[in-house]
Amino acid sequence: MLEVRELRAGYGPVEILRGVDLDVAKGEVVALLGANGAGKTTLNRTLSGLLRPRAGSIRFAGEPIGGLSAEAVLARGLVHVPEGRRIFANLTVRENLLLGAYRRGRARRRANLERVLALFPRLAERLGQPAGTLSGGEQQMLAIGRGLMAEPSLLVLDEPSLGLAPMIVRQVLELAAGLARDGLAVLLVEQNVVQALAVARRAYVLEQGRIAAAGPAAELLADDRLRRLYLGL
Amino acid sequence: MVDPSIVAASALHGLATGAVYALVALGLSLVYGVLHIVNFAHGSLLMLALYGVYFLHERLGLDPYLALPVLLPVAGLAGYALHRWVIAPAGGARDENVLLVTLGLALVLENLALVAFRSDTRTIETAYSFSMVALGPALLPLPKLVALLGSLVATLVLWAIVQKTDLGRAIRAVAREREAARLVGIDTRHAFALAFAIGTASSAVAACLLLPSYYVSPQVGHGFVLIAFTIVVLGGMGSFWGAFWGGLLIGVVESLGGLFLGESLGQIGIFAIFIAVLLFRPTGLLGRPL
Repeated sequence: MLEVRELRAGYGPVEILRGVDLDVAKGEVVALLGANGAGKTTLNRTLSGLLRPRAGSIRFAGEPIGGLSAEAVLARGLVHVPEGRRIFANLTVRENLLLGAYRRGRARRRANLERVLALFPRLAERLGQPAGTLSGGEQQMLAIGRGLMAEPSLLVLDEPSLGLAPMIVRQVLELAAGLARDGLAVLLVEQNVVQALAVARRAYVLEQGRIAAAGPAAELLADDRLRRLYLGL
Repeated sequence: MVDPSIVAASALHGLATGAVYALVALGLSLVYGVLHIVNFAHGSLLMLALYGVYFLHERLGLDPYLALPVLLPVAGLAGYALHRWVIAPAGGARDENVLLVTLGLALVLENLALVAFRSDTRTIETAYSFSMVALGPALLPLPKLVALLGSLVATLVLWAIVQKTDLGRAIRAVAREREAARLVGIDTRHAFALAFAIGTASSAVAACLLLPSYYVSPQVGHGFVLIAFTIVVLGGMGSFWGAFWGGLLIGVVESLGGLFLGESLGQIGIFAIFIAVLLFRPTGLLGRPL
């Protein structure tokens, strides 16, 4: 579904991604691990069209999408749920969700809203509330729900567990696994290594803008050298 | 002792002027709330709109109120183009630059108006310019009443656009989270320019409502923009109804101040209230604490 080859990107004179190769297939959760500053967020921003790649290719559903606008990438079904949730705090929960399907027609919006609310009953109870009044966990659910409103085939979740209580983290990650079971491709960017690897099928470790290790999640967890060097375990 | 009916008439006058102030302030507030820029050119755009109404009346004999359907799209398009192709590119990403660009724009527009129209104060005369309407014990000139009602309607329309439409939701989303807005597929440059267009268009509405009972000159925007800034701060930065109530309050205070203290001191009440609000409620009347 997603094929990234030799991807390079950065800001001004600083090159952050220095040749990244990565694949995500339909129906799998792929974890992207790495320390702060390794380039995880830069990779996500490049995938979703917020940042233009400098070299290399991004293919999504068989088509090149490198260099397309965020809007065009979204329209093709690659949806990025940004780090820090970035919900529209001054808008209601309902308005946040509807904006997720901003580019969709009225009927699709209504259908998507029903689908998303069935997945997150807590949000259904809070539709009229300003999103900023939700708890951290609910805000994360809202951010993911807003992403799902756009009918993604690949969901990029950037640090969804950030600042959440351990129990909520488990819920969020299980949700990601459930979405993959339903046929979505999920790229899960996490600092929460053990829990991310528990739900992921495969994982990549990003270090200084390159893929330092890759493989099935279970193998990465079992590799003592990797655990020590990259996973901080 | 002043006759109560005169006080009532003066308050009504103030309400009518205040409703127009509110409309001008709402345009300013919207642009500030979304773009986080203080648009110094707002008054100049109002001035140009007033000239638009004036010349449509003088040259084509178009009634100022009927000029609205002509002026509204023109002002909207001009505002859109101005932001998208002048203010945004010239200002870059920095808010201070944008501030300077709008200030520069105000100077340029005003001086162009001086060259083109000279500094004469111009008024128009319509069949209803001096018609009076009796509202209870008070008499109100018909143009004032139209300005009051028209501003109220325009305010409600503006509110509905911002609160109830996709466009309004997108604009509010962009105001809060630019990047997340891009991630849901909002073209942020388009949304910014549209917000600016709406701000400009509300000035055009104000111009149509004003001219039958007001005048136009190249400097006419100054007074309005100063009062509009005061209203925006008074009502609470970015607060929609704050700007609305603030506008009405300022209008009434100005009018009653003029009645009791004389025209030249009429505005002293505005600034007394303004200073009191800043001292005791610095977030404005309806603003949320920061």
